[in-house]
Amino acid sequence: MVTTVSEAMVRCLEAEGVETIFGYPGATICPFYDALSRSSIRHVLVRTEQNAGHAANGYARMTGKPAVCVVTSGPGATNLITGISTAYMDSIPMVIITGQVVSSLLGSDVFQEVDITGSVEAFIKHSYLVKDPKEIGRIFKEAFYIAGSGRPGPVLIDIPMDVQKMEIDFAYPEKAVIRSYKPSFKGHIGQINKAAAAIAKAERPLIVAGGGIFISGAEEALREFAHKTSIPVVNTLMGLGALEADDPLRLGMIGMHGVPPANYAVNQADVLILCGARVADRTIPNPGALSRQKTIIHMDIDPAEIGKNIGVDIPVVGDIKTILGQLAEVACETGTKDGLKVDSSRWSEWLETLDERQHTYHPDHGERRNYVNPKLFMHELYEKLPDDAIVVADVGQNQMWAANEFSVLHGRFLTSGGMGTMGYSLPCAIGAKAACPDRTTVSICGDGSFQMCFMELATECQHGIPVKTVVFTNNRLGMVREHQRVAWDNNLTAVFLDGSPDFAKLAEAYGIPSARIHLNDQIDLAIDSLIHSDGPFLLEVIVDPLEPTL
Amino acid sequence: MKHTLSVLVENHAGVLSRVSGLFARRGFNIDSLAVGTTADPAVSCITIVVDDKENAIEQIEKQLNKLIDVIKLKVFTPDEIISRELMLIKVNATGQTRQEIKELADMYGAKIADITRNSMTIECCNTTERLENLLNIVRPYGLKQVIRTGSIALEKGNEQLTL
Repeated sequence: MVTTVSEAMVRCLEAEGVETIFGYPGATICPFYDALSRSSIRHVLVRTEQNAGHAANGYARMTGKPAVCVVTSGPGATNLITGISTAYMDSIPMVIITGQVVSSLLGSDVFQEVDITGSVEAFIKHSYLVKDPKEIGRIFKEAFYIAGSGRPGPVLIDIPMDVQKMEIDFAYPEKAVIRSYKPSFKGHIGQINKAAAAIAKAERPLIVAGGGIFISGAEEALREFAHKTSIPVVNTLMGLGALEADDPLRLGMIGMHGVPPANYAVNQADVLILCGARVADRTIPNPGALSRQKTIIHMDIDPAEIGKNIGVDIPVVGDIKTILGQLAEVACETGTKDGLKVDSSRWSEWLETLDERQHTYHPDHGERRNYVNPKLFMHELYEKLPDDAIVVADVGQNQMWAANEFSVLHGRFLTSGGMGTMGYSLPCAIGAKAACPDRTTVSICGDGSFQMCFMELATECQHGIPVKTVVFTNNRLGMVREHQRVAWDNNLTAVFLDGSPDFAKLAEAYGIPSARIHLNDQIDLAIDSLIHSDGPFLLEVIVDPLEPTL
Repeated sequence: MKHTLSVLVENHAGVLSRVSGLFARRGFNIDSLAVGTTADPAVSCITIVVDDKENAIEQIEKQLNKLIDVIKLKVFTPDEIISRELMLIKVNATGQTRQEIKELADMYGAKIADITRNSMTIECCNTTERLENLLNIVRPYGLKQVIRTGSIALEKGNEQLTL
């Protein structure tokens, strides 16, 4: 079929089953937008390019498929950089299309020219600069395949404006064939055997479930493995909710801001089974000590993660869902080569100890004079949200309050874990809601992070993507304040948010209903209004500037 | 310990930048780097010598393998390979010293590639170690300029690195 490259780009997206894309047009991407206007693909116009990345991020995490964002050259592309690095750090599948100046002018610093493929090199899975129009089909096919397979990540396609206008004979390839890229899925059976043997000999085994569980769709495989073996489970921030909230084997989040029972379990375990977790510094601050004291089994699809941050005794490379299935079979059914099988009575004492720790741990849900207790608020919110609600936490104190209380039964908890990108929650929530219009979606922000993304209130109004927004106001950059208090001799500087607008009035300006609460007694009614209002809602929750994270 | 990496990559624009950028941002040190085409014009070979002070070689290998443009790579210790490097030395040479320098060059199997009234250019292809020796021996005559290509290497014996 003879067509323009821009029409072909739209055909590529349609062939990949893309229904919604997030973007912001400009001159060099106009040929594509012209073709897009004749397609049934829905375009969501964000209010700044970075947020096209975060919205696609939320969309990808809820669909499990590569999401698409489109921006123009120069500042459009550079504005998106934080969106790309955020996706890269959390292994989010994404295809990014950027317009580029006409190819004959490349390298001459013309208006809105920037070397975007060079700029993002350090935090992108792969990138293409399209020079030959005939390559468009192959490049799109490869981009979607690379973004979504193996360890997912963002892939960027930079297309000069003149190339978009060229005519080609177009057919979309059926398959991507890349000789240098062949991710492995099944775990090596010898390694599975070793892992099963180590678990069978354990006295205090522990599963650490990371974000890889969701990427692989391994929630059920994890639940089965944990229950067949009676091994307790802790989560990383990215793995929160991997085991359902009411599961008795679930101990909660580990790390710098994790809960005491979970961190106790990590320190006391003799065999650590890392599942799709990359041992980041905020999650496991003492990898050297842990690897000396324990047997470490590390299961990950990315071989480069194994041995990078922690010394590993038994590595297993592959897709975590497949590996957990293989491991359950060897550990519980067939037995290892040496006839070892899991006998969970070996760690009944361990389970009892952890159970006791779990039951004697009570988060502080007490009164706050003239303020709302944010931990109590999150607890109450999770009690009332529908079982399948999506919660998107921003970055800072709000993130940890939201994480440590998280208990939505079949819900999802999304946040920028690796990059810690402030201003992530509202655009990500818009993307998640666009993917799952029937699921209640709540964006949790602080008054700092909200002011990095509130322009997206217009996006949800324009496109009818109603997100519920909670803003914890303490007139501070709360987590930085806490850090300055502890590490910088209480020299509080540049953390005061004086000059912030009245958020209720701001919401009103967008036509969004709102409420503000400053007492625990008001929580109940306010949450009802938030959840049961039609359309978007903004709830401002006033918290004590001195409220600690933990 | 020094390791030599033979990295087969797609012969595309931007590939060298991806490979060298990876070394820079992960803090791996490059001793030398040489690029050239192979028997297959679509494939280039990058030969990288690294001084692996912190046992980073495993990470280097894994991170390189993650680059989509890297087709295949192999890591060698010095005793596993035949390695060669080309060096050009422009050295001060007058009527009195010319013959001495020529004799020294001969001992290293080097050639005189250019000659002027005041200087000679020595061309030598050898192992990095032998090149160092030659350089030190002619240094007293006064080096004007030295340029080296970085090592290229092939595995000893019958083994071959192919796709």
